Amino acid sequence: MAINFRKNAAKALKQDDIQINLKNVVSRLRDHRSAAFTDAALFEQLRLECKSIRERAVFRLPRLLEQLEGNLLRNGIQVHWAETTLQANQIVLDIMQRHQATFLVKGKSMVSEEMGINAFLASHGIECLESDLGEFIIQLANEKPAHIIVPAIHKNRKQIASLMHKYFPEMPYSEDIDILAAKARYFLRDKFCNAPVGMTGVNFMVAETGTLCLVENEGNGRMCTTVPPVHIAVTGIEKVIERLDDLPPLLSMLVRSATGQPITTYVNMISSPRREGEQDGPEEVHLVLLDNGRSNICGDMELQETLHCIRCGACINHCPVYRQIGGHAYDTVIPGPIGAILEPQKAGMDRYGELTQASTLCGACSEVCPVKIPIPKIINRLRWEAVRQDTCNVSGSCPARKPLEAVIWKIWSQVCSNPGLYRLLAQLVTRLRNCIPAAIWQGWTIARTPPKPARTTLHERLKAKGIDYE
Amino acid sequence: MNDTRKAILNRLNHYQLKYSGIESDAKAKQTDWGLEEKVKRFTARMQAVQAEVHEASLETWPEVLQEICHAKAINNLLASPSTRWGKEIYADAKRFPSLKRFQQPVEAWKTDFFNTIEAAVTGSAGGIAETGSLILCPDMQEPRTLSLVPPIHIALLEKKRIYNTLSEAIHQQNWVQTGMPTNVILISGPSKSADIEQTMTYGVHGPKELIILLV
Ligand code: SF4
Repeated sequence: MAINFRKNAAKALKQDDIQINLKNVVSRLRDHRSAAFTDAALFEQLRLECKSIRERAVFRLPRLLEQLEGNLLRNGIQVHWAETTLQANQIVLDIMQRHQATFLVKGKSMVSEEMGINAFLASHGIECLESDLGEFIIQLANEKPAHIIVPAIHKNRKQIASLMHKYFPEMPYSEDIDILAAKARYFLRDKFCNAPVGMTGVNFMVAETGTLCLVENEGNGRMCTTVPPVHIAVTGIEKVIERLDDLPPLLSMLVRSATGQPITTYVNMISSPRREGEQDGPEEVHLVLLDNGRSNICGDMELQETLHCIRCGACINHCPVYRQIGGHAYDTVIPGPIGAILEPQKAGMDRYGELTQASTLCGACSEVCPVKIPIPKIINRLRWEAVRQDTCNVSGSCPARKPLEAVIWKIWSQVCSNPGLYRLLAQLVTRLRNCIPAAIWQGWTIARTPPKPARTTLHERLKAKGIDYE
Repeated sequence: MNDTRKAILNRLNHYQLKYSGIESDAKAKQTDWGLEEKVKRFTARMQAVQAEVHEASLETWPEVLQEICHAKAINNLLASPSTRWGKEIYADAKRFPSLKRFQQPVEAWKTDFFNTIEAAVTGSAGGIAETGSLILCPDMQEPRTLSLVPPIHIALLEKKRIYNTLSEAIHQQNWVQTGMPTNVILISGPSKSADIEQTMTYGVHGPKELIILLV
């Protein structure tokens, strides 16, 4: 079913608190980011380097995945492939059942959101406990993340305080952020200690060494990958990079673009489960590689760049549309500009095609993107894919072509390719400038003054000045 | 399972486009700071994220460690008896709080470990000046959880093992050629979060304090 983006957006625009919370946090994120990139030339250089690393990785994707798999297996990490989210969920369920596990602790992972693992496992009587502070809050509120880096971006401390108080009435009410975090620590510590399974996402997978790399600040990710006897990592197939040498520049760009920090508190590089003689670490490490529409994006030079994304969230923070409507209006796992190009390609234009309209094409996203993805260009391309008549290169049919629109554009192209006709029409419009019915502007003039044609055409004015090009 | 793998790889191979092979020659220039500069940068970065950095020497560090334990009123200290630093600590055990060791796999004493250990001391495989990070490669002597579970983590770092950048560390430590350690962890400060209103709070799930002894 197609989403109803317009309705969602209109609803979000009416929620003042969302807008205020969003604006505050988004502008802080942007300030932090720009403070981390003071040298424009160096930034551009790093961007080029990172772009070429990601480009190389996606071009060599099948080979790198096989190399990665070989090295992971050699290191003792089990590898599973999943075509769909259902398959991925089933793989996780099998592992859980094999260990008779009734719950797992989870680090922040957008792919696990994509899988909808929490609901899936719940339907089998297994609980997933979010442990990232933001995700923990979202789970208490029974909502979905509104941002890929800051999941609870739309909530302020007051809302969080009352939420925590509702669930932990035995702890005194407080709006102090240190105390709110301490409550989460207190509650989750015991869970980390007893969890039979930990689940996380992955930020980068290094093919050359068979290494899973995760970044985080809180330590909950490390808890999930280290303390429980089983660790399951879930991720998309495009997260692979070729060499260990590719990691430092990407890490640096990812973290700085996301939050402006020079590095996260923890960079966790996992290459093997607990080895003989070691006293801790998981006995089993599993990696679930999810396709779910990703490989289909590889067939097109231009669209393929979508897969270069390293999920830093910078484009989201700089998007004027996101800033107004927030993450939930997109009704996708990934919101913002990257969501608007990724989700329609993965799940089909018929479902998410409308998201390509969620852009003013201002270009702020591609200006900050650390791997230089030309997002507006891809949005334009997808808009075209949605209405082209021949074949459509993107999954989902091309439902956006309206017959009336098609006729209008046909007439327009006729007019524009015939000088006589064009002049006639231009003259007509200038003469009838006071009689244009308001209805033709539709929604455009709700917040804008309607444009009014000039008294005379450009040709006429030039002629009056004695300039004649013919 | 195998069919899925084959299907995905087949599709990717089918789609595979020609790679131009042109690598951007834009490589971040390698920095090379002197020892003093590296120490300065490392320290400044660490302090900016609320880590404590203490300068000591190969002779004085036990004394500094003792003072820290005293100042923080630490009642017990988890340390390995078999590392270079651990041997010295155990040889002079009476100056430190009650010493605890990882004698058995974590499963055997998880609850105790989580609830009673106040601080742990570890060595480190190096440091990174550019980002202010410790490099830890946990092993049999110093398990992964030493630097994660106790509320206070004290790490010893030799100044001469501070690298300029992560890239330099990767090359100097030969990770690609000799095979990656089981788990490499870069640690830059105590655990923190800005998930509520982008306001920083320290000590979320990992250690609340990170203390570095530079020797
Ligand atoms: S598209 Fe670029 S800016 Fe947006 S999340 Fe991905 S890497 Fe970051």
